[in-house]
Amino acid sequence: MRRRGPGVRLGKFAAALALLASAGTAFADEQLRPIANIFEPLSKPAQMISDASVVVLIICAAIFLIVTGMLVYVTVKFRSRGPADDRKEPPQIYGSSQIELAWTVVPILITVVLILVTTRTIGEIQDHKIPKSALHVRVVGHQWWWEVHYTKADGTTSDFTTANEIHVPVGVGPIEITLQSADVIHSFWVPQLNGKTDVIPNWTNHTWIEPRTTGTYFGNCAEYCGTQHANMLLRVIAQTPEDFAKWEALQRTPAPAPVAADAVGGKQVFFANSCVNCHRIDGTPAMGVFGPDLTHLMARQTLGAGVATLNQENLHSWIRDPQVLKPGCLMPNMQLTDKEVDQVVAYLMTLN
Amino acid sequence: MANGSTTVPNEDIEITPVRPGQEKGSLTAVIQDLVFTVDHKKLGLMYIGSGLLFFVVAGLMAAAIRIQLAVPNNHFLDPDMFNRFFTMHGTAMVFIVGMPIIFGFANYLVPLMVGARDMAYPRLNAFGFWMFFFSGILLYLSYFAGPGLYNAGSAPDVGWFAYSPLTSRAFSRGHSADYWTLALLSGGIGSIATAINLIVTTISLRCKGMTLGRMPLFVWTYLVVSFLVVIAMPPLSACQIMLLLDRYLGASFFDTQNGGSAILWQHFFWIFGHPEVYILILPGFAIMNEVVPVLSRKPIFGYPIMVAANVMIAFISLGVWAHHMFTVGMTSIGNAFFAITTMLVAVPTGIKIFNWIGTMYGGKIRLELPMLFCIGFLFQFLIAGLTGIMLAVAPFDWQLSDSYFVVAHFHYVLIGGLLYTLFGGIYFWYPKAFGRMLSNKLGHIHFWFFTFGFHLTFFPQHISGFLGMPRRIYTYAAGRGWETWNMLSSIGVIFQAIGILAFVINLIYSYRKGRIAGDDPWDAWTLEWATTSPPAEYNFEHLPVVRSRRPLWDLKHPDDPDWKYE
Repeated sequence: MRRRGPGVRLGKFAAALALLASAGTAFADEQLRPIANIFEPLSKPAQMISDASVVVLIICAAIFLIVTGMLVYVTVKFRSRGPADDRKEPPQIYGSSQIELAWTVVPILITVVLILVTTRTIGEIQDHKIPKSALHVRVVGHQWWWEVHYTKADGTTSDFTTANEIHVPVGVGPIEITLQSADVIHSFWVPQLNGKTDVIPNWTNHTWIEPRTTGTYFGNCAEYCGTQHANMLLRVIAQTPEDFAKWEALQRTPAPAPVAADAVGGKQVFFANSCVNCHRIDGTPAMGVFGPDLTHLMARQTLGAGVATLNQENLHSWIRDPQVLKPGCLMPNMQLTDKEVDQVVAYLMTLN
Repeated sequence: MANGSTTVPNEDIEITPVRPGQEKGSLTAVIQDLVFTVDHKKLGLMYIGSGLLFFVVAGLMAAAIRIQLAVPNNHFLDPDMFNRFFTMHGTAMVFIVGMPIIFGFANYLVPLMVGARDMAYPRLNAFGFWMFFFSGILLYLSYFAGPGLYNAGSAPDVGWFAYSPLTSRAFSRGHSADYWTLALLSGGIGSIATAINLIVTTISLRCKGMTLGRMPLFVWTYLVVSFLVVIAMPPLSACQIMLLLDRYLGASFFDTQNGGSAILWQHFFWIFGHPEVYILILPGFAIMNEVVPVLSRKPIFGYPIMVAANVMIAFISLGVWAHHMFTVGMTSIGNAFFAITTMLVAVPTGIKIFNWIGTMYGGKIRLELPMLFCIGFLFQFLIAGLTGIMLAVAPFDWQLSDSYFVVAHFHYVLIGGLLYTLFGGIYFWYPKAFGRMLSNKLGHIHFWFFTFGFHLTFFPQHISGFLGMPRRIYTYAAGRGWETWNMLSSIGVIFQAIGILAFVINLIYSYRKGRIAGDDPWDAWTLEWATTSPPAEYNFEHLPVVRSRRPLWDLKHPDDPDWKYE
């Protein structure tokens, strides 16, 4: 933790609660951070939000205790003690200007404090200067997956494209993320890195992150976007600059040609069917843009925008009928024979 | 209907000829009575009754949602069915449960409280009710007619907020979105009609001596609510008409693929939507303003500042809408502006909470059921208000917006706040409407089970929100830290259901078997308690004359009347 405020302990408490809740977690890898606690921020803007939020939480908790205390005291102290007690009415008080003034002024003062905290944090995060040299990622939301473009230094031309998993280096300053949508409104949210920013068609938004430790951060689409909104998941993989450079170099290479017989057969099946209309595989004629880029599919952790771990078994299920793992998703059942499914899976497994 | 003169209706004279099968008490006679009535009291009860009916249906949908989310990777509901359920749950709870019930209370009580014989426009009143009622039916008809010729979709699945462009024909095939649009459009017309009626009734039908400054706070609050309805409803109707134009006549207001703006819809919707929140919660304040003083045996603390706070809340509520849009990418100035206006609401709201506690202070608080619900309100609305402040802090909102924290927040507002006062109000005025008290025993089962269940369901959702759980997801993977909180949430539903069951049984049981209430069971002070229980069709035999805010106090304490001090 770079900054230690009163929030750290509270954040730890919440984190402990969360860990308690997820005993027997499904993710064994230490590098995975599936519990996206907003009070355990691991990136600059998320840290600023968390710090401001903790101040607000403490003020609110204090108000809660005081007012609840008043309510309980009044209820207990002035409760009726039975019918005998009720016969005489209590003194009729109509109000008191001084008291009313007091409980108007005090909330105004508290509000002023909250306004100062809020406006300061808004400015710090939204108007943060991002250097021209910063890594620039363009993310396009689709029903129900994320298209990720890495742009060249000029900031506009696409360098290479991937999907659903955003790799970033740690310790190189802020990373700028441009957000666009191909269809409806989505929202980009990786709680431990930054608050959410909506992904809106015909409109471009910007956000930034600056992770300070490596790891795989979990996020979700946070704006309802149709049938499979729940499985429009997102991962940000923060790596050391060396690891990131390796990954980047790999992404720039075209897909290797398959060698094994079944993989070669799978490639033929892939190109004989309409797969190519939606998917792109660099180095082949497949140039579709409606579905995720598959050039380096096997370098990813998940398939179907996070709906399942990427392994042979799940890939098999997905190719046979995507509607099983992700009912309602826009990839249809291609009606392949068992053999064709095996071959396509074999081909896809070579895309590394 | 009495004509307001001194003649007393003669019961021996049958005005309507009795046709065969329509004798008094027969089913057809009852139905005919309900359909043709323009009596504000019957319409009020019909509003509340049908609202409660839709409440049970929408509540069962919520229960199904909670079953689905109790454990990760559940298959109880498929994604489309889940999306329809949360859309219908939200839409129904706001438009055909919340709105009719609050209008029901106003319909029943405002004319009685101002000492009038009926609303200003009785037939407009009936029109408003039937517009609402059929809009509810229309909404549910989508389950049968929504697919249209496309065999796609049935009930609406676009969320109660229906963000464009998800509602465009490209993404919402079939007619489900049209059912949503048309149902709310027609319901909105009814709401505006009723609001105008309430304004006119309050302005022009007050009895002799009832100046605006002597009007019960209940009526004051509803006057403010009615103005808000008249201001807030038209933007919703306007954008719904624009949506219909987009869908069927090739307009492109919200069609982003044709140069339209998705954010425009959000502005329209929340210019309606935020005042709507206050339209729903202010009636809760109205009920608090009547029940708390009577059952604390003291007049409301600071009447003038309570009126001022209502007006301030309504005024500020018109300028805060974009706090629902902190994440759409507004400029830092825009975000700061809406954060500041939103926080300002805390000031008048705080005044109200303190004044209610001030009313209880030094009183003799009778912990009867209506008072229990009001104390529940104070506690829960305090939490709702504080989480509201957190959401007003724009950076905090960037994390919390559209997370389960928001779900927890507004359920604390609408259930912990509004619904508790509605329950309190029903326990308080049921004796007036039906002449019998509700059962105390069933009432306590209702209160305690419901309160326990409510907190068990909604408190953990604050925490799942902190842990990054987004709203409106039909399922989630194990291991994200959400399992325990969701399980607790779902268990709470059982307790809530038991509470509601006790409440429904109570309503039916006490109708025949409840203790006879008498005209004034709470020893109260406003005019509705000066007439019989239930009141005659013409409300008052003689129109009352008042000299203070508490006319019945003056009658009961001639030695120490209020008008000496006001």
